[in-house]
Amino acid sequence: MAQVLREVEDSQAAQAVERVSIGALASIGRKVSDIFEYAGGLTLLMWETAKTIFRLRIRFAETLNQCYLLGYQSLIIVLLTSLFTGMVFSLESAVQAVQYGFGSFVGGIVSYTNVRELGPMLTAVVVAGRVCAAIAAELGSMEVTEQIEALQSLGLAPVRFLVVPRLLALMIMLPLLTIFADVIGVLGGQWIAHAQAHIGYQDFMSSARQTVGFLDVVKGLFKSFIFGIVIAMIGAYQGLTTKGGAAGVGKAATSAVVTCIILIFILNFVMSYFLYAGA
Amino acid sequence: MPEAIARLDDVSVRFGDRVVLQNCSLEIAEGAITCIIGMSGAGKSTILRLLDGLLKPDSGHVYLHENDICHMRESQLIEMRTKIGFAFQFAALFDSMTVGENVSLPLREHTSLSEKEIFDIAMHTLDGVGLAHTYHNMPAELSGGMLKRAGFARAVVTNPEMVLYDEPTTGVDPIVTHLLTDTIKRLRKQLNATAVVISHDLQSIYMMADYVAMLFEGAIIASGPVDEVRKSANPIVQQFLQGSEVGPIPL
Repeated sequence: MAQVLREVEDSQAAQAVERVSIGALASIGRKVSDIFEYAGGLTLLMWETAKTIFRLRIRFAETLNQCYLLGYQSLIIVLLTSLFTGMVFSLESAVQAVQYGFGSFVGGIVSYTNVRELGPMLTAVVVAGRVCAAIAAELGSMEVTEQIEALQSLGLAPVRFLVVPRLLALMIMLPLLTIFADVIGVLGGQWIAHAQAHIGYQDFMSSARQTVGFLDVVKGLFKSFIFGIVIAMIGAYQGLTTKGGAAGVGKAATSAVVTCIILIFILNFVMSYFLYAGA
Repeated sequence: MPEAIARLDDVSVRFGDRVVLQNCSLEIAEGAITCIIGMSGAGKSTILRLLDGLLKPDSGHVYLHENDICHMRESQLIEMRTKIGFAFQFAALFDSMTVGENVSLPLREHTSLSEKEIFDIAMHTLDGVGLAHTYHNMPAELSGGMLKRAGFARAVVTNPEMVLYDEPTTGVDPIVTHLLTDTIKRLRKQLNATAVVISHDLQSIYMMADYVAMLFEGAIIASGPVDEVRKSANPIVQQFLQGSEVGPIPL
C-alpha cells in the first residue's frame, strides 16, 4: 500500500514539474511571438509610411503644424537639459584637467562629447519622453474612440493623415533641436570652465575648434535624424495598435516611451560603433 | 424586394477563438432602409464593417454592386468608401477639428471644390440635421444627440449611395430617438440612398425600416419586410421582438 502511495506521489510530482516546465516554455514562446509580431507590425507601418512619402502624398500644412507642436514646443526643455548637462560635464572635468595640466584640452573634451554623443542622445531622450508619449496617447485615444476607423470609412488613409506628418516633423525638427542642444551645451560648459577652473573663453573655443570637425557635427545630426524616425514610428505604432479603452491608452503611452528610450540607447551605441569606427 | 445593392455571401468571421459570424448571408435592398437586429455582441456592427471594407471575412464574400470587396486593393477600397457613408455609434468626430471642419473633411480631401463651395455644402448638410449653428463648435461642446446628428452630416455630405448607421438611437432620450429616426428617414429620401441601420430600438425600427434582418448566433435567422418579420413564427424572433426573458434565447 505504502509503495503504491509513493508511486502515486512521485507521478504527481513529475506531472507538476512537467506542467511548470511547459508553462515556462509557453510563456517564453508567447514573449518571442509578441516580439516578432511587434517587429513585423512596425516594419509594415514603416513600409506603408515610406511608400506614402515617396509618392509625395504629404499634407504640408499638417506637417508644419506638427513641426511646431512636436519640435518648437520641445525647445525650452531641450535647451535647459543640454545647458545643465554641458555645465555639469565641464564642472566635473575642468577642475581635474587643470590640476593635471590638461586645462587646454577641456574645450575639446566638452565639445567633442557634446556634439558626438550627449547632444543627439539627450535631445532624443527628452523629446521621446515628451513627444513619443503624446503621439501614442493621441493616436491611441483616436483608435479607442473609433476615429481611426472613421478616417478609413471616409476614404482617408490613417498613415498619410496621421503618421506621415509626425514622422516628417520629427525628421526635420530633431536635428534642428540637436544643433541648439550642441551650441547651448558647449556654451554652458565654456562658462563653467571659466568660472570654476579659470580657463579662458578663447582657449576653450580654440581647443573645441581643433578637436571637433565638421564631420563630427554631421554624424551627430545623422544620429538625431534616425532617432526622430524611431520616436515617430514607435509612438505611432503603439497608438494605432491600442486596445482596451482609457487604460489601454495609458499603457500604450508608457510602453511607447520605454521602448523608444531603450531603442535610442541601443541604436546610439550601434551608430557610434559604425560611424566613429577608427576615429 | 428591390435589387440588392450589397450582399454578404456565406461569410464567416472569428476574433481569436470567438466565432462572430458563421456562414452568414444577407442581401441589402437598394434604395430601402434595412435594419439589422439581434442580441448585444451578436455581430451586427461587424456586418457594417464588412460592408464598408473595414474588415475582411475569414471566409465568404462581400459584394457591392456585384464587385467582391474582399479582393479589392487598398486604393480601390478607398475609392469605394467615398460612395458609402458611415455614422458611428458615438459619432467618432475628430476632436481636434470643429464640427464644420469634420463635415467638410471628405469634401476637402476627395473633391476639387473651392473653399466657398465646401463651406456652403457643409453648412447646408448641417442645416439638414438641424445643426447649422454648431459649425464653429468643437465636438466636445455638443450633447450626445447633437454629436450623433453631426456624425450623420459627415456621413452623408458626399451624397453616398449607401449610408451605414451603427446604433444611432442608443444612449439618447425618447425625444432625441424620435428626432434621429426621423432624420434617417428624411436623409434616405433626400439622398435617394440605401440605408443600413443597426438598432435595438424596436419602436424606431417599426417607424423607419422597410426591411428587417435578425442576426442570431452568427447567422441571419429571419429577414424580409418589417411586417413579415414581425409575424415570423420563429420563436427566437418572437422572443426578441417581445423582449421576453422566457424562450429559446439563452441569457
